[in-house]
Amino acid sequence: MAERVTLVVNGAQREVDVEPRRLLVDVLRDDLNLTGTHVGCDTSQCGACTVHVDGMAVKSCTMLAVQADGRDVRTIEGMATDGELHPIQAGFWEEHGLQCGFCTPGMIMVAADLLARTPDPTDDEIRHAIEGNYCRCTGYQNIVAAIRHAAASMRTTTAAQAGTGTAVQGGAR
Amino acid sequence: MTADVLGTPMKRVEDPRFITGNGRYLDDLKLPAMAHMAILRSPYAHANIRSIDTSAAKAMPGVLTVITGADVPYNPLPMAWPAGGASGLQNNVNTPRVLATDSVKWTGEGVAAVVAETAAQAVDALDAIVVDWDPLPAVVDAEKATEPGAPQLHENAPNNIVFDWTVGDREGTDKAFADAEVVVRQRLVNQRLIPNPMEVRGDIGWYNPGTDEYTLWFSSQTPHIQRLLVGIFTMGIPEHKLRCISPDVGGAFGTKIYCYPDYALVLFASKALDGRPVKWVESRRENYHSTIHGRDHISYVEIAGTRDGEVTGIRVKTYANLGGRLSTIGPGIPTTLYGRMLSGAYKVPNVFCEVIGVYTNTAFVDAYRGAGRPEATYVVERAMDLFAVEIGMDRAAVRRRNFIPPDAFPYDNPSGLLTAVNGAKVYVDSGNYEPALNKALTMAGYYDEIPRLKEEARQRGKLLGVGLSTYLEICGVAPSKWIGAVGEGWGAAMWESANIKVHLTGKVVVTVGTQPQGQSHETTYTQLVAHELGIPVEDIVIQHSDTQGTPFGYGTYGSRTANVGSGAVIKAAAKIRDKARRYAAHMLEASADDIEIDGASYRVKGSPDKVKTLQEISFALDLAFDTPEGMEPYLDETAYHDTPNCTFPFGTHIAIVEVDEETGEVELVRYIAVDDVGNQINPRVVNGQLHGGIVQGVGQALWERAVYGEDGQLLSGSMLDYAVPRASWLPNLELDQTVTPSPVNPIGVKGVGEAGTIASTAAVANAVNDALAPLGIRHLDMPYTAQTVWKAIQGAKGGVA
Repeated sequence: MAERVTLVVNGAQREVDVEPRRLLVDVLRDDLNLTGTHVGCDTSQCGACTVHVDGMAVKSCTMLAVQADGRDVRTIEGMATDGELHPIQAGFWEEHGLQCGFCTPGMIMVAADLLARTPDPTDDEIRHAIEGNYCRCTGYQNIVAAIRHAAASMRTTTAAQAGTGTAVQGGAR
Repeated sequence: MTADVLGTPMKRVEDPRFITGNGRYLDDLKLPAMAHMAILRSPYAHANIRSIDTSAAKAMPGVLTVITGADVPYNPLPMAWPAGGASGLQNNVNTPRVLATDSVKWTGEGVAAVVAETAAQAVDALDAIVVDWDPLPAVVDAEKATEPGAPQLHENAPNNIVFDWTVGDREGTDKAFADAEVVVRQRLVNQRLIPNPMEVRGDIGWYNPGTDEYTLWFSSQTPHIQRLLVGIFTMGIPEHKLRCISPDVGGAFGTKIYCYPDYALVLFASKALDGRPVKWVESRRENYHSTIHGRDHISYVEIAGTRDGEVTGIRVKTYANLGGRLSTIGPGIPTTLYGRMLSGAYKVPNVFCEVIGVYTNTAFVDAYRGAGRPEATYVVERAMDLFAVEIGMDRAAVRRRNFIPPDAFPYDNPSGLLTAVNGAKVYVDSGNYEPALNKALTMAGYYDEIPRLKEEARQRGKLLGVGLSTYLEICGVAPSKWIGAVGEGWGAAMWESANIKVHLTGKVVVTVGTQPQGQSHETTYTQLVAHELGIPVEDIVIQHSDTQGTPFGYGTYGSRTANVGSGAVIKAAAKIRDKARRYAAHMLEASADDIEIDGASYRVKGSPDKVKTLQEISFALDLAFDTPEGMEPYLDETAYHDTPNCTFPFGTHIAIVEVDEETGEVELVRYIAVDDVGNQINPRVVNGQLHGGIVQGVGQALWERAVYGEDGQLLSGSMLDYAVPRASWLPNLELDQTVTPSPVNPIGVKGVGEAGTIASTAAVANAVNDALAPLGIRHLDMPYTAQTVWKAIQGAKGGVA
């Protein structure tokens, strides 16, 4: 018996009829054709399916689609705006933070969650923040560099927008 | 003039689609009217199948068909690389069928398949299939499987032996050991690993009833080879009736080289459904049970030498676990790619190795990143350490003493490891091992800092250990007449291909036979073509992965793309330049010999204003309104390249670990790697490959282990139970390089895809054993989990073990 679920995805209201047993990730991929969110395991270990629900990083395989009713969901497809890459996307490109690319959307979403809370993270804080997301290609080193790069770039932008004139180029440390 | 991008750390051209969620992996593809398949897998490690009742499953909602082994008329899967090169060798071959018919040999072997309207309906219906099982005793340990009384898996393989293979001079080595001042012996276990690419495997099969043609989309490293293996060898369908397409591949590390049963199964199912496309995507649990595993050797290692540090012999007997049935190239890995590399970077006069390939009730084992060479490196690098400790010599000094000297290249291994086959002889191409060692020692503070750090750690209750791995790798597998020789290699050629088309607008489309899985081929090939043709990178696109539209190629594995694939691209570009030069001569009314090429400019010598660009040439020649007698229209050239030799990357890796004496926990404190992979097309890509490779090898040393229970149940059967390395467990790796160009290809590259993994496991293992040495612990097998190390420490202290 299908349930009607209404949610906002990447800024647009969507309605889907889903079986109650179906996961949010499956509805995003199969019903809404947002295939940038990936499935890498069946035990919530890998984090490839990480999206934002009401602004927080969530492994979308740990949530039933019906639990997303009335929520605001953001996926990798909603990160770039008007053809402009999000600074985290740019950071991954700049620092070679990806190889096969399969874990990348989840990594970018979890990094966005980290930087919203911690604009100037240490390497240890970055490594801790992404430890729920597996990458088998990069050894994580360039992912850490990519998030550091993005953090510096976002702080610069924030400082500039605040008009303080004290933007620190390239990070404070 | 376009700036030359070859050798620069250019940003990747692949990335925009991946960072925006626009990658297209197998499971992202949807075809009209597509049905979904699920596979019922054996819950037993060893059992006979009495009967299978599918009637209830067929009546389940949404079910379109249920398939058993009896329904599928195809051959067992092909085996492409039997062990070879030894006289009197038997290969007792048993490969999987598309679905098991009479018996199963491991938990996870496919028994039946359901095709339904949705994936969930297919999985639901699996539960309604009733199999009448006759369970049999199982064996999972390769050494025990060869002992009398062990459960027998196959009638044609007495004592479960696939082959008993030897290499080297048995008598000479025995004599070296009899005469030796020092002999050190150690049993080494190189544990089984689960490769864990982040994207699991999957396929879509489509049969077109209108043309009687098949199309297979799959996550594969080898679309062209699979067109042969699944097509003609398994199903009896020749190349012109089967098209294979590998979309974006989310990591592979060897697991996606092979011919798997599901390829033929989705094609069969599509035909059974009159041409509805059928998709199957494995779960991670299925991946752990039914996609190949790696490593799993038990080795008896002996090293002989003099009291002053000269190694005079290496003698090894290895039991290589190959699983319940053989994967596509399983037997080739622990033989050619392992036994022939056991002397590593050292000039060892006497080497003998016996490898016994064994069937057990476990998943099939095949090439996983490094494939044979990490196992060989682990053996020789642990042996060098054990030898050094035995004679009381510095471990770096022992290595330096025994290195193949820089004036010995091309190096012809005196122990006959790299034998001439079919008139072709493989030799170590180039090397200079000491500078890499010295650089790494300096970075690590090996002589001046480490002793002080050990003392300082001791005061904190920690045991600090340092480990070296001065590895030698063979990669870029070639040449065809060597690797293709009967009894040694694949029985297949090993060349590569490329086609370059310069279209009317001057934009360039390059198609290649290699197949990336994250290695950045689109970027590195773009750099090569930009360099060769003098055009901007924006004007170039690299295409691959579809047998319709790319020239035949052998795919990507064994770090072969830079050595072999680049050669084909360079050759095709040379053909383009040659034709462009001849046409420029026609346009400029000059002799072709008088046309000089400067980037994309073709000008008459001594007349700088008489010039045509490649774009002007392609426009005119592709239209062909005015061509000279005998010249065909269009700038469109294909090249096939068979490289004359393998390449041999090398280097020194140093791991520094701290062991907590109270808890047994091991922390990787620093990791230093100085690699020599020859010239580099893109240093950013090279470093990325090394980072990932090193961490996979570190994972084996410290955390990763596939565990089967005695009954053949996979106890590490999900990501909950198998320790894939996490970001927070690792330090930043410290990388440097030396550059010794390879003479066997025009750009002097050696290859980098596997080097990190080949080197790092041994470096970390040596570091942990060095840390434990003060407690009197001589050797501990991997992985060095806190439990393993704690037990060893307690045992050494005479406590509860």
